Amino acid sequence: MQSLVIVAHGSHLNPDSATPTHTHADTIRATGAFDEVRTGFWKEQPSLREVLRTARGDDIYVVPLFISEGYFTERVIPRELRLEGWDPSLWDSDGISADTATLVASDIDKEVHYCGPVGTHEAMTDVLVRRAESVTGDPSVGEVSESADSEARQTESDGGFGFAVVGHGTERNEKSAKAIEYHTERLRETGRFDEVKALFMDEEPEVDDVTEHFDSEDIIVVPLFIADGFHTQEDIPEDMGLTDDYRDGYDVPTTVDGHRIWYGGAVGTEALTADVILERAADAGADIGDAIARVRQQTKPTTLVAGD
Amino acid sequence: MSAVESDLSEIQLAAFRETLAEEPIEYDGLAAEYDADEEAYHIETPEHQTSVSADDLGTVAAEQAAYITNWYFYTQQVGSEIKRAFCRWLELAEDHPVPDRYDALAAGIDREWGQLRITTTLADDGTRRYEVRHVDDSDANTDTLTTHTDPFDARDIGTLDADGQYRPLRTAPSLDSGWLFPDLTADEVYEAVEAFYPATVVNWHREQRGELDIDHWRDEQDRQSGIYNLITVLPDEAVEWATAACCDDSQCLKRREWELSEDEPLDADGGDGVFPCREPCSMVVAAGREWAKLEREDTQTYEFELTPSEKEQLEEIVDAVADDTVDEIREADLDESANRYRVRYLREKRFDDDGNLSGTPTRPDGDDNDGANDTDDHDE
Repeated sequence: MQSLVIVAHGSHLNPDSATPTHTHADTIRATGAFDEVRTGFWKEQPSLREVLRTARGDDIYVVPLFISEGYFTERVIPRELRLEGWDPSLWDSDGISADTATLVASDIDKEVHYCGPVGTHEAMTDVLVRRAESVTGDPSVGEVSESADSEARQTESDGGFGFAVVGHGTERNEKSAKAIEYHTERLRETGRFDEVKALFMDEEPEVDDVTEHFDSEDIIVVPLFIADGFHTQEDIPEDMGLTDDYRDGYDVPTTVDGHRIWYGGAVGTEALTADVILERAADAGADIGDAIARVRQQTKPTTLVAGD
Repeated sequence: MSAVESDLSEIQLAAFRETLAEEPIEYDGLAAEYDADEEAYHIETPEHQTSVSADDLGTVAAEQAAYITNWYFYTQQVGSEIKRAFCRWLELAEDHPVPDRYDALAAGIDREWGQLRITTTLADDGTRRYEVRHVDDSDANTDTLTTHTDPFDARDIGTLDADGQYRPLRTAPSLDSGWLFPDLTADEVYEAVEAFYPATVVNWHREQRGELDIDHWRDEQDRQSGIYNLITVLPDEAVEWATAACCDDSQCLKRREWELSEDEPLDADGGDGVFPCREPCSMVVAAGREWAKLEREDTQTYEFELTPSEKEQLEEIVDAVADDTVDEIREADLDESANRYRVRYLREKRFDDDGNLSGTPTRPDGDDNDGANDTDDHDE
């Protein structure tokens, strides 16, 4: 019997914080790849302290639904799960290369496979691209000659798009910037977007000045965050000038300083994130059959499925 | 007992035979074994002792059939030891033998788990079915309730209270009503309860077996890092106040089993909940952090001028907020201290333009740091 345990931050204040965790758990549960899928939270119930005892598998895969390595993945989660003998060096990571470590969780006296966070997995780049596609409604966004839906894109320019990946910055966690830079570089390497840049909330280059950092008239902005909340729904839209008051909402796209901003919100809410969770578990040895392929297909926006 | 209608199905009989081919059965009042020499099945229940051939297994007395379907349900249909224990608790299995239980299950056996009312009933083949609704809806006509079939819907039902406010503590007694899971299997009722009240069944089960691991306040203090290190300086006296404030049955349905330490019990009542609380939760820790900040302040002597009624009014306002009765106060009920007009009048009369009671500055020395201005709960 094989169990997947998704662990996440959760919130005492924001009811939407746990939503992506639950949604992705449901998606994976529906694939039948695991005999059970459990969720545990730092701030909600079941707590990280008690989530493992709700899992009954012989093979338990724990995947942190976090953006980066750092305080939570290296210290809080292993401590709360009671992973005996844990040390961050077991991941042998340069800050973005954590994969898996197998340790006994003393809470249940069983070995568990403790995986690296979803945010630093290479498949997260694909989720950023998927979010770009879903926020523009164009499955070929950025690919000028191949765009299937020029109406949806309605670009005033030559069809090129800029892409801003937004993170917190290093103030709280040095490694969070590493994850941003990592995916920014990978997006750049695809050659699909004219410009790809990392922007930050609390350090230079700042997301507030997004239009100054791009020549492209169309800019896709996606925060590398797990859940929507205060930062992604209030701070960033207001800081970029999409709206004076987040409660009034904003259009997608919104024109700011002659640029059209396609703001995508937290990437972790994109359905394809479930795929990254599966990738993490598969990398750790989980036998999940063709679940990855099925989730990739199933989470495509309907406009894309219709075009297949 | 009355005649049991449950004929044994071929599937049940096959499982019975296959199990007995391996080993004897002893379960819940049923003892059975297969005698290969005689090619006979010896079946013993409280009222009958029979030996039958394989062909006659399907014709055993109703009482024995009930014991066999009971065995089949619990050993072949319910997936784990915890689920078995929970389902047995739901039908009061430890208190009543199978025939009595089957009689009672015909009408339905009700149990309460937090604010859930769970009713177990019996299908003809001995399979149990479960209905879950809010205890406040016990007498509600099912037509008036919103029906759900997916046990994971319980997660969404439990997210907001009746006023649409977020419930960060799922075990708070603020579960909204008006919904119904009319027909769940054993596995599904377990998942629904797990979604409403996460980890409560597994902790209850550990407690039942005498294996509940309790982490006391001092363990919790010792474990903290980051911003929650602050709870290490929370005075023990404040932990008393905190548990009385937060862990009371009026605030959380878990029964607090943790103390200051194993040798240092807390005076506050732990509550009467059916499921235990085995360590301070993240809400208590987060609250403890705020109180640790607030308790750093020294007391100060103030002089206020109030009428006796105004002093009482302030005390009753605190009670109304603490007991969450403000919304029950009628608009024009000026007898109530926390009535909005009464409170607004008091503010007009006794507060100055800066919001100071009786014009008395909070910090006469000009220090305006209130010491508790950090509302960010995301300690990443």
